[in-house]
Amino acid sequence: MEEKLILFKNRKRFGIEKNIDIIFKNTTLVLSSLVAVVLFGIILVVFIQSFESFSRYGLNFLVTSEWNPVKDEYGAFTAIYGTLVTSLLSLLITIPLGVGTAIFITEDFVPKFVREIVGSFVELLAAIPSVVLGLWAIFVMEPFFRDFFAFLHNFFGWIPLFNSEPAGRNSLLAIIILVVMLLPIVTSIARDSLNQVPKKLRNAAYGIGASRWKTIFSVILPAALSGIMAGVLLALGRAMGETMAVTMIIGNSNAFSWSLLSPGYTISSMLANQFGEADGSQVSSLFYAAFVLMILSLVVNIFAQWLVKKFSLKY
Amino acid sequence: MNSLYYQKKLSRNVGDKFFTSLSVFCAFIAILPLIFVVTYILIKGGAQINSDLFTLEPNPPGDDLDAGGINPALIGTLIITTIASIIAIPVGVGGGIYLAEYSKGGPFSKFIRFGVNVLAGVPSIIAGVFIYALIVSTKILFGSMYSGLAGGMALSILMLPTVIKTTDEGLKLVPNELRYASLGIGASMYTTILKITLPSAFRSIATGVVLGIARAAGETAPLIFTALFSYYYIVGFEDLFYEMGSLAVLIYNFALEPYDAQNKLAWAASFILVISILSVNIFSRILAAFTEKTKRV
Repeated sequence: MEEKLILFKNRKRFGIEKNIDIIFKNTTLVLSSLVAVVLFGIILVVFIQSFESFSRYGLNFLVTSEWNPVKDEYGAFTAIYGTLVTSLLSLLITIPLGVGTAIFITEDFVPKFVREIVGSFVELLAAIPSVVLGLWAIFVMEPFFRDFFAFLHNFFGWIPLFNSEPAGRNSLLAIIILVVMLLPIVTSIARDSLNQVPKKLRNAAYGIGASRWKTIFSVILPAALSGIMAGVLLALGRAMGETMAVTMIIGNSNAFSWSLLSPGYTISSMLANQFGEADGSQVSSLFYAAFVLMILSLVVNIFAQWLVKKFSLKY
Repeated sequence: MNSLYYQKKLSRNVGDKFFTSLSVFCAFIAILPLIFVVTYILIKGGAQINSDLFTLEPNPPGDDLDAGGINPALIGTLIITTIASIIAIPVGVGGGIYLAEYSKGGPFSKFIRFGVNVLAGVPSIIAGVFIYALIVSTKILFGSMYSGLAGGMALSILMLPTVIKTTDEGLKLVPNELRYASLGIGASMYTTILKITLPSAFRSIATGVVLGIARAAGETAPLIFTALFSYYYIVGFEDLFYEMGSLAVLIYNFALEPYDAQNKLAWAASFILVISILSVNIFSRILAAFTEKTKRV
């Protein structure tokens, strides 16, 4: 009898338990705000470190290509140009390839298990570390493409993009290895957005007599466009920041050249190459370059997120 | 009369055939890189695997014909990734708990979620630059400059967004009824989270975290000027405060050496790195597919 009464007694929570609850909540709050702290910390620290170089060269840093530690003259135009050219050109190749693959995976040309295998192969490609791809690019890809580059130079040498003797390591190889790295990103995001397009749209298009590809081009792709665009922008951000594979294969030369067959530079490969041994105002200039890279990738990323929010599918 | 039959030569059908084959061609090109990369690593790296590889120090490049082993780099990768996990997992899981369980979709949580996505897009080399400025150049860690500890911190910045995201999304999938039931019988909020919601989301969070760790193990850019590289065995605790080798940096350094022996060692290190990363990926994929099938019978 006595025990039963205790069971139904209105129990109050102990003060200590309440405190634990509050402490727990506030701990998680602090931990989640650490993200913001780290993000702002990165921006702030890189900016402060680059201040010396920033006040010395101003925006001229972005348009001159002199990089001479002996004379203490720094300009990052070659690296910035290389970053933009390699990432944009690689994206130009990746978009049709990735979207084509995504269409292959979401349509039913072949049995489902084949499509699943192709899908997971492409996703596993994303798991290969970039330094391993760099190693592979040096010893396998470069010899493989050597003759092709010689051919490009011989027959298309009148185009400024191919007008130099093909160097062992060059920008075009960097672009090719970037395509390999971006392909999984574009493909998987394009696949997800294609999968989200409601079946009704396809049935309606088939119903009024559109062929399969007429449906894909005029109905499905436009409906999935915002998702695909966001994926493309994420891939662009990734391409600009990609370091290892590019550093290993691009040749790392600060001499500016329009030709893709000559060695080049990107901001991240410049950082990877010089940061360890730099001192004096060179460090500050490298931080400045890092700051430029960060701003570029932040802008692209934020724009991608905005795009997703603004144009996400509303069915 | 004929118009009801499929006509091969009709322009729409020819066009369809063309685009279909184009798409198949794209898919074919897309799977080639993985096949080629993995095959070469299996052949070139697999040939170098022997017991010396796991026990010896690498020899500095030079006239030596024998490159030695990768023992310090292997242990270094394990240590650096462990340090990164020790930092990133508690912070990430805690932050994810706040976003999924406590926040009510206000501006703060929106901002943090946005920040997580932005942080995920920060180039990995920037994380290295940041830790260099914050820790290496200031010698803030007991006067040591390049260290395994600094390398682990740089990697943890890259792991953090992954961990927060998977925790947040894993917890959001837990049905609200579980929370109501727990709170309804008088459990406090933290008991509910620790005893009910977190355990039921455990598998999806663990999968995401393990994939994040696998990804971090192959990262090189944040390590090349934080942990640097070392040729020597890791013998004691104090080695944490000195330069530390890792598989990824070993591959980078030795791939660029002109000597054949060092190149071979780079292939061997790639073999071990890729095999472990791919098996973690494939295993978690199978596990996820298995969970999918057994869910809600």
